[in-house]
Amino acid sequence: MAINWFKYSSPASFYVLAGKMIPLFSIAATILFAVGLYIGFFVAPTDFQQGEAYRIIFIHVPAAWMSMFLYVMMAVWAGIGLAFNTRLSSMMATAIAPTGAMFTFLALWTGAVWGKPMWGTWWVWDARLTSELILLFLYIGFMSLQAAIDDPRRADKAGAVIALVGVVNIPIIYFSVKWWNTLHQGASVSVTSSPKMAATMLTGMLIMSIACWMYAIAVILIRTRTIILERERNTAWVSELKGVSS
Amino acid sequence: MIWASWSDFFDMGGYGFYVWGSYIVSVICIIGEVMLVLKRKRTLLKHLSLIHEATKEEKINETTS
Repeated sequence: MAINWFKYSSPASFYVLAGKMIPLFSIAATILFAVGLYIGFFVAPTDFQQGEAYRIIFIHVPAAWMSMFLYVMMAVWAGIGLAFNTRLSSMMATAIAPTGAMFTFLALWTGAVWGKPMWGTWWVWDARLTSELILLFLYIGFMSLQAAIDDPRRADKAGAVIALVGVVNIPIIYFSVKWWNTLHQGASVSVTSSPKMAATMLTGMLIMSIACWMYAIAVILIRTRTIILERERNTAWVSELKGVSS
Repeated sequence: MIWASWSDFFDMGGYGFYVWGSYIVSVICIIGEVMLVLKRKRTLLKHLSLIHEATKEEKINETTS
């Protein structure tokens, strides 16, 4: 089956395709969140060290992973937009930023309310926490810079530069627990060693992560479609859309 | 079953404040983001259809006058 993928790099055809994909991802996110929370709160056993407080992990780790994944995705799309001058990729980057910032905030917030009972403090200036906070500032910087520039194509280019430079922070966050002696614990899940937690805990965490992915894709697609409409509002295809021309 | 009762569930072994404090804020953020993004889309579509109506009337006026 030959699919002309380049067709979907045109905002007009992507708008239609994304519109069909949003319900699928929304339904998947809803189901997976329900299953993940059920496992997290009713199936996963009490932790022998942390008691019930560890249940924060089911939102903390997925949020922290998403904050990093989404930043890389944002930088990749922004970079493609900068290199090949493809409008849609830059719009995707712009659409990813608010969701990435939200997950970064959640990672920091859930980390703080987990740190208080376990470490005795809401916040420490340790390498993991500080680099994650810098990630939040990078997202905010990207969004404010784009918002400050009136011409969308110039905003795309300026944003791409900040996004690409900021990518250096991602490996710093990821390896911070190895490179420095941090209060934050090491990686809970790694490719090279077996997980250091009960199977049901891991299952719950992974399902919650996939749920966050589905959620992020759905909400980013909705935002991308809105950005497409905003930027293409003077074109014929937009004025012929159902919601516009009726 | 892990929990003996609902109050046991909400207490979270004494960590209720922290566990629910993280989940409630997460739910607020996620629902809030969905509402904001849908509102932005609705407002834009309304705006675009108003412009569309206005330009259509202009064209009709141009041809009739």
